[in-house]
Amino acid sequence: MSDAREQILGGVRRSLKRGALEGEHAAALEDRLRRHAPNLVPGRAFGIAPRQLVDLFETQASEVLATVARVRSLDAVPDAVAEYLAGRNLPPEMTMAPDPLLDRAPWGKRPLLKIRRGAADGKEPAGVSAAFAAIAETGTLMLTSGKDSPATLNFLPDTHIVVLPASRMVGPMEAAWARLRHAFAPPDEDIGGSSMPRTINFITGPSRTGDIEQKIEMGAHGPRRLHIIVVEDETLR
Amino acid sequence: MQSSSHAFKDNAHRALNDPVLQQALGIMKTGFLDKRLQAIGNLPEFEALRDAARDIKNHTLANLDWYLERYESKVKEAGGQVHWARTPAEARAIVLGLCKRLGARNVTKGKTMIAEEIGLNDYLAENGIVAVETDLGEYIIQIRNEAPSHIIAPAIHLTKEAVADSFRATHTEMDPARSLVEPRALVDEARQVLRDKFFAADVGVTGANFLIAETGSSVIVTNEGNGDLTQLLPRAHIVLASLEKVVPTLEDAATILRVLARSATGQDMSAYTTFSTGPRRPGDLDGPSEYHVVLLDNGRSALLGTEFHEILRCIRCGACMNHCPVYAAVGGHAYGWVYPGPMGAVLTPSLIGIENARDLPNASTFCGRCESVCPMRIPLPKLMRHYREQDYERKLAPRAMRWGIGLWAFVAKRPPLYHFLAAVAAQVLGLLGRKHGSFYNLPLASAWTATRELPAPQGRTFQELWYKRSRATKSGADR
Repeated sequence: MSDAREQILGGVRRSLKRGALEGEHAAALEDRLRRHAPNLVPGRAFGIAPRQLVDLFETQASEVLATVARVRSLDAVPDAVAEYLAGRNLPPEMTMAPDPLLDRAPWGKRPLLKIRRGAADGKEPAGVSAAFAAIAETGTLMLTSGKDSPATLNFLPDTHIVVLPASRMVGPMEAAWARLRHAFAPPDEDIGGSSMPRTINFITGPSRTGDIEQKIEMGAHGPRRLHIIVVEDETLR
Repeated sequence: MQSSSHAFKDNAHRALNDPVLQQALGIMKTGFLDKRLQAIGNLPEFEALRDAARDIKNHTLANLDWYLERYESKVKEAGGQVHWARTPAEARAIVLGLCKRLGARNVTKGKTMIAEEIGLNDYLAENGIVAVETDLGEYIIQIRNEAPSHIIAPAIHLTKEAVADSFRATHTEMDPARSLVEPRALVDEARQVLRDKFFAADVGVTGANFLIAETGSSVIVTNEGNGDLTQLLPRAHIVLASLEKVVPTLEDAATILRVLARSATGQDMSAYTTFSTGPRRPGDLDGPSEYHVVLLDNGRSALLGTEFHEILRCIRCGACMNHCPVYAAVGGHAYGWVYPGPMGAVLTPSLIGIENARDLPNASTFCGRCESVCPMRIPLPKLMRHYREQDYERKLAPRAMRWGIGLWAFVAKRPPLYHFLAAVAAQVLGLLGRKHGSFYNLPLASAWTATRELPAPQGRTFQELWYKRSRATKSGADR
């Protein structure tokens, strides 16, 4: 369908009354992409201290009916997970992302937790992931897919538990993009194409629908519950 | 999709007399509007963000060819493919070709208006492929064999009782004695039925809210998570998108996202905003093995640079229809094609021709609410007015109407004549209507008097009264 391609691009140029862009004009567009400057960023989550960012995140995430717990270190994560499940009468079974951060938590302390590692298969009652970042402005988690972090865990289990080190908290989405560029772009290049993770999920509360008479019901297709465990690591001390 | 936009008046009459529809539309008036107000009230920068969002799209449209080429090269770099389609027929053929090559029998679909535009479901069905809608609203209307009546709430024209009836008729394998009184039960039943479909699908088709030129990513914004299961579980992910969805950078998408969900549902962010780039990477534990983007033109490139250019900024939030008194009275189906409400009254004639949709731009009171809430600042009444002009100039409107408009224009352009005729009319009507105070039947005005009375004038026009009053005040002041 290269005909179609040429015809469409030609049609666009005809409508805009010019030929293909080159020279200075094209260089200016290249430069705009290279700078990828943020536009207006709301003041809500801008220039505030790390602890306030966590507070703002908690407020915003609670607003969209996620639950948030805080623990002092990774050592406390297995207890927090087990207590959350027990507190809601949920079975102590889960599939967990093979993420090195989660490996560092002492899961052996809770031998009754049945843990499988890998992608979700839809049979597990709960999934456990680690967030790449979180956006305080809107109470949003950012998860990137990869060999350590299967995206199916974010959608198939009824309960999704996300471990979030406080050091990964940012204010606005623009700061999350900056972290992504830093973590994934090849040296001396910017991010794009193959260096982007296949899937980036921004998650703001559990799954919901308002499609029947505009009444909001949770757990439409994705998780019915979203629980976020914030690990108050060194950044807050 | 077949259009019945030419039959707007009949459609609207039917809609006004449909009690279930009227009940459902009554619910809409409260939900979206209050939530939107609350969300933008919490964001002092909202108005400035609308300007920023508008500027991003204007910049992109002015350089659309360049950004599309960059986008395509980045998709390829990530291992995906871009397929260009001039027409709905080409787009359908591309999707079918991909499905056939993959030996696909079952397709799941996230919400995509482009699939409605190209009539994808019926076409796949004709070719032996089952396409299942997975957005709850879309699923409901699919099993009822209806078209969406709203771009973000496709089943907004239905009550929960109507949905329960459809579920009973379709999910015959389930216990007939089950209770489906509450929306909760309906949501759970759909979740259970569709879970199996997600796992059985060979191909997942989604739309795109944005395409990112910088990275080659496609973006979907949902609340249910169905779009994600649609694209993650099958072997191939096909994205259907129209040309104007492209924006330059991730930062630009962040800006427009801030106005999108707030304008649509009154959320700061929808539950799931997902950026997808190419197929699964080596070592990935899940995700599709193939990633395809079908880029549809369908007349959009020809809109660039015309008086209708600005409709290409539309991000499909639905705010214009949520706030439209005409939409609230007749619902989305009356508009007869994919896109209802004010944005549909501009986009439909743009895509299928004003000669096939001449009533749509006329079905507006020009109250201006659509423009005042549009996050992309699209001057919708102005664009509708341009179509009304075409309607007149291309002689599409009925002769009597054109004659009437011509006569009106002649008089309105001559103020002394206008004032004279208005004074005569006011006096004559005032005399005739003295007895009852209003008219129940008037020649040439039967469309008005058929449903309501026309109050009789008091005998003097406003102009006359004003003139008299200002003279009286002046002489009073002199004294």
